[in-house]
Amino acid sequence: MHNNPSDLIVVDQLSKYYRVANKQPGFKGTLKHFFDRKTYHVPAVTDISFKISPGEVVGFLGANGAGKTTLLKMMCGLIHPTTGLVDVAGFSPQRRQTDFLKEITLVMGQKQQLIWDLPPMDSLYVNAAVYGLSDHEAKVRINELAEMLELGEELTRPVRKLSLGQRMKSEILAALLHKPSVLFLDEPTLGLDVNAQARVRSFLSEYNKRTGATILLTSHYMADITALCPRVICIHKGKLFYDGDLDSLANSLSPSREVKVELKNPCASEQFEKYGEIQDLNDRFVCLLVSRDKLTDVVSNLLTDFDIIDLEISDPPIDQLIGELFIKGEVN
Amino acid sequence: MRIFGLSFKVIKTLLTTQYAYMLEYRIEIALWALSGVLPFIMFSLWSQNDVGNSFGLNDIGLARYFLSAFLVRQFSVVWVVFSFEEDSLSGRLSPYLLQPLHPLFRYVASHLAEQATRLPFAIAIAITFFILNPSSFWLPSLPQLFLAYLSTHFAFTIAFLLQSLVAALCFWTEKSSALERLIFVPYLFLSGLLVPLSAFPPNVLKVAMLTPFPYLINFPAKILSGMPVDIFNGFLAQILWISILVPSVNILWKLGVKRYTAMGA
Repeated sequence: MHNNPSDLIVVDQLSKYYRVANKQPGFKGTLKHFFDRKTYHVPAVTDISFKISPGEVVGFLGANGAGKTTLLKMMCGLIHPTTGLVDVAGFSPQRRQTDFLKEITLVMGQKQQLIWDLPPMDSLYVNAAVYGLSDHEAKVRINELAEMLELGEELTRPVRKLSLGQRMKSEILAALLHKPSVLFLDEPTLGLDVNAQARVRSFLSEYNKRTGATILLTSHYMADITALCPRVICIHKGKLFYDGDLDSLANSLSPSREVKVELKNPCASEQFEKYGEIQDLNDRFVCLLVSRDKLTDVVSNLLTDFDIIDLEISDPPIDQLIGELFIKGEVN
Repeated sequence: MRIFGLSFKVIKTLLTTQYAYMLEYRIEIALWALSGVLPFIMFSLWSQNDVGNSFGLNDIGLARYFLSAFLVRQFSVVWVVFSFEEDSLSGRLSPYLLQPLHPLFRYVASHLAEQATRLPFAIAIAITFFILNPSSFWLPSLPQLFLAYLSTHFAFTIAFLLQSLVAALCFWTEKSSALERLIFVPYLFLSGLLVPLSAFPPNVLKVAMLTPFPYLINFPAKILSGMPVDIFNGFLAQILWISILVPSVNILWKLGVKRYTAMGA
């Protein structure tokens, strides 16, 4: 793969295999596992290549065990690849050089670096010292991020007394204290309520705009991906099968659009069959799935043929499409 | 000013934070300090059976040795293998590995902070011991105290490095605390915690002195209690063990980190 100087991250034919051992249930299985343990290699990531430019926000999509977290861990240098190359800001991540570590950060939902029994402020000052920030720099930075994250006296309360949302925001503050230019976020909104998720999303969006930081994000919440990531990389069974913008993915996944109609009077389902696939029919409400190429004609005919109060055209929900995609395991 | 590549500010911040953390657990630390009374049990056992004489020590000498052994143990006890194993298996190690600070320094700071927290409890236990055994009271001279302090810190460093060596095996075995038992048993018998090494038959003593264990308790305790001891060779052996263990831990760590799979993270 040819490296372009404008690429911040280059991943080239990257693979990771884990060695695992299976154990059969029961006493016999236990004895066999103890005396004659059979191990084998399981591919977690296979031959993945892509490039990311500075300032991009990229979402990694995939079902559980697809390999997206393994990929993220290799990019931030936490684990070593089995084969292939990763280059992040000119560094080989697995060497974990100090200059590289000062450029990046990793936030993992539900995993914490804050000291449990002390207020976040103590951990923040440890991080500030570790990253070589002066007391003044640390204070300014903490105030700036605390304001963006809407954190106040929570920073002086023991971590164990904070809510999950407050804890996550404090974790993010600790992870961003040293002004990293590349953010690796693994499920940063996991377990948070809807409001807390929205606040973390809006903070990340604002942070990206203000600092131009590159953000790589995995999430099971489609709302995170749709709100933050213009580009998505889909991984299925360790292999990359889509890399592009989210809109194009939606179009390629669903060549149809949803047309929801509110009628003045109830009509029989047979009357709608010629317009498209009926998704739902309930008294005066009809939901049709219409192919994109016929959409204009169908809408025009519906307006002519029926007494319509309201009409709405939309894409099917992206999470539904992605879910179907992972079940199918391929993009049409 | 930098110590082991760390700025004074990093050391100060790590120590004060860890000290604050330890103060949250002061009751637990008092109990831990009390749980280290094995030397006192051994003292009462040997003194009642009048075996002390065969060690070349009278009751007072025996009492001073075991009180010194208790104090040395208080400031050289190490549990890094257990903390490291827990952090490694729970995924807490991952953020530490991505910071420009070797994770082992965090454990060093937590041990030193815990030692500072233990200090008042250790003094209180020593005072109680003197009240119960007034004849054994003594005050070591300042040079004696300094040498005992230095050798105890060296003992802590050797113990920490030995356990770090085992802890690094977490990258291979995941349950390296089980391997720690392989160190603990010879430590118990050869360190001088159960009996002063002068009680050993000469051939056994010769072999024991080739291991790092006598320099963990026996050597600093002898200095503190004022027993005759080869100070030069003792310190030389401690420095030798440290200079063998530092690169060993470093090499094993570097090899191990390549195998890290960030489980639970």
